Amino acid sequence: MSYRIVIEPGAKSKNYWKDLWAYRGLFYFLAWRDVLVRYKQAAIGIGWSVIRPLLTIAAMWFIGALFNSKVPDGVPRVLLVSAATLPWTFFSTAFSEASNSLIANSNLLSKVYFPRLIVPVSTIMVCLIDFFISFILLALLMVVYRYVPDWRILLMPLFLLLAVVTALGTGLLIAALNVKYRDFRYIVSFIVQFGLYASPVAFSSEDVYHKLAQLGQAGMVLKVIYSLNPVVGVIDGFRWSILGSNVSIYMPGFLCSIAISFFFLFLGVWYFRRTERAFADVI
Amino acid sequence: MEPLIKVENLGKKYVLSHKRPERYVALRDVLSNKVKSIFRPKDNTFHPTEEFWALNDISFDVNPGDRVGIIGRNGAGKSTLLKILSRITEPTKGRVTIDGRVSSLLEVGTGFHPELTGRENIFLNGSILGMGRKEIEAKFDEIVAFAEVEKFLDTPVKRYSSGMYVRLAFAVAAHLEPEILIVDEVLAVGDSAFQKKCLGKMEEVSGQGRTILFVSHNMQAVQTLCNKGILLHKGNLIHSGPMHSVLEKYLEAHASADSSYEIPLPKNIADISGYAYKLQIEDINSNSVSEVPMGEHWQVRIFFNITKATPHFVIALGVSTMFDMPLQTTWSAPKDLETGEYEVVFKNSDIIYTEGQYKLVVGLSSEKRVMQYTEGAGLITISDVSAVANDERIINTKSGLLINQMETIITKK
Repeated sequence: MSYRIVIEPGAKSKNYWKDLWAYRGLFYFLAWRDVLVRYKQAAIGIGWSVIRPLLTIAAMWFIGALFNSKVPDGVPRVLLVSAATLPWTFFSTAFSEASNSLIANSNLLSKVYFPRLIVPVSTIMVCLIDFFISFILLALLMVVYRYVPDWRILLMPLFLLLAVVTALGTGLLIAALNVKYRDFRYIVSFIVQFGLYASPVAFSSEDVYHKLAQLGQAGMVLKVIYSLNPVVGVIDGFRWSILGSNVSIYMPGFLCSIAISFFFLFLGVWYFRRTERAFADVI
Repeated sequence: MEPLIKVENLGKKYVLSHKRPERYVALRDVLSNKVKSIFRPKDNTFHPTEEFWALNDISFDVNPGDRVGIIGRNGAGKSTLLKILSRITEPTKGRVTIDGRVSSLLEVGTGFHPELTGRENIFLNGSILGMGRKEIEAKFDEIVAFAEVEKFLDTPVKRYSSGMYVRLAFAVAAHLEPEILIVDEVLAVGDSAFQKKCLGKMEEVSGQGRTILFVSHNMQAVQTLCNKGILLHKGNLIHSGPMHSVLEKYLEAHASADSSYEIPLPKNIADISGYAYKLQIEDINSNSVSEVPMGEHWQVRIFFNITKATPHFVIALGVSTMFDMPLQTTWSAPKDLETGEYEVVFKNSDIIYTEGQYKLVVGLSSEKRVMQYTEGAGLITISDVSAVANDERIINTKSGLLINQMETIITKK
């Protein structure tokens, strides 16, 4: 017969990726459910996708201005901050939603079979929709400031993909750990809070590298640590593609950050696949 | 014939930890235990764990078109078996080979979201159960008609009555068309009319040659629906084969005949003015017996205690089959009783039950308010060692539960 399932302890399912494709309908419906539920009983509904990044932009703009961080020539501070807030907001919501997705859907996990990867991945879809809505906000701001992007904007989808990779990798890892060790949810909120300040949202990477260079030996170490933050690569990429030639990228740091993103993706998928068979037993 | 499902030496082990009452492990505990164990490396009592085999060395085959009933007491491993077969959890050892598409229904309304409307939930639930979008669209009207929720399709299901909710959920599941359907206890929900409808639907499905695995406590349902059975007890497979033989084994293992039974005291004993505490099976000469030969008269003596003067007291005895189908109820004439010890005798002299075991139900009431109601208060065993039972018509035919003959007159016209 064409469809044969073998259930064995520890057996690597040969059909896993095929199954994932077969269950794409479920993936679509789970994402659709999350979108529907999100806007069903909310008074402002879709407005939240605008208000949240708008407030973050305002706060980050204020902090950047307060510390008088350096803005590249010809770039309004608001656009510098906005180009970073969008990917940051996407990353932080996608990361935390994906991390909590398995726990939130525990009744599904214990009652139905499907490739478990669908759950965290579908939550990221919802965050992508939010991202596109808030992107309109950025477009409006660019119109207001009469800022014309150049050809680099065409590469933006690549950096969006990088943001997805980063959020998915870390999200999968934490989601799988969260099933067994529930205290990872505290780590999630900590990472999201801390990350806002450890990532170049209110300021530019250029400024950070410049200031760290003045610190000598200690600055070198901090520079390496800073480049290890995968979100740095995402944000720098976004700024480069949106703001154009006014922004330069520090290549070694950027590449290092991208490498870390992919490292987390492989680690996340590997750990998730390794533990997912026991999810129903421990959740 | 090639079996559709082949289960070989299947086992599932859980490790029970007696230390932690919490539902989940906290990383902080793991870390602190690791640190502690550095200082106490040989302390093995630190983590008292116990291995527990929820399933142990189970092997059986299911052929295409079989309708298999899986029965056993609570904790026998039925649900674990279904969970392994539906790939929700992984076995510890052994192997299962399944040739075909499996849909499992371990719960009614899995993934239903209260905020979503009936229409939206049909699509969501359908896709969770493995249906494609086109398949759901094609069956949509049928599902809605089966669930009888046409008017409320665009109402969030949180506003549904529980009956509507269950009907909708079952309707979606009932329209699945996999080669193998795995069902767990779903019929335990809904009102009896709907349960009947569900059973009918399941019979219809099984009539189409679909393979079904069915777990239920409802022996009546298992009996009507399934042609093969598997009996599990504490994780072991006791018996498998044709349904009737499995049911026999089940009854054998679960009902031991006795001549007298202690009736458990009701929980609300402080609020009631009397209670029954013992029941005795006797022959016609008031000798207590554990078995009654078929056709002989028998009586049930119930001992009860009246703690406060009770007006309009009625005690009732019910007889039901082992599958909980009520056969007969007898009520005593109402009487005002004062405090004291009492006994009552229910004499059966005209109805002849066929060989087998029957459950006894005891009920006490005062002024039509129930004081005590105990199902399975005792068992009565009718044996087939008697003149009546040796009647070859009874031996050779399934003559029915009641042996009494009607008056029959043949006349020539």
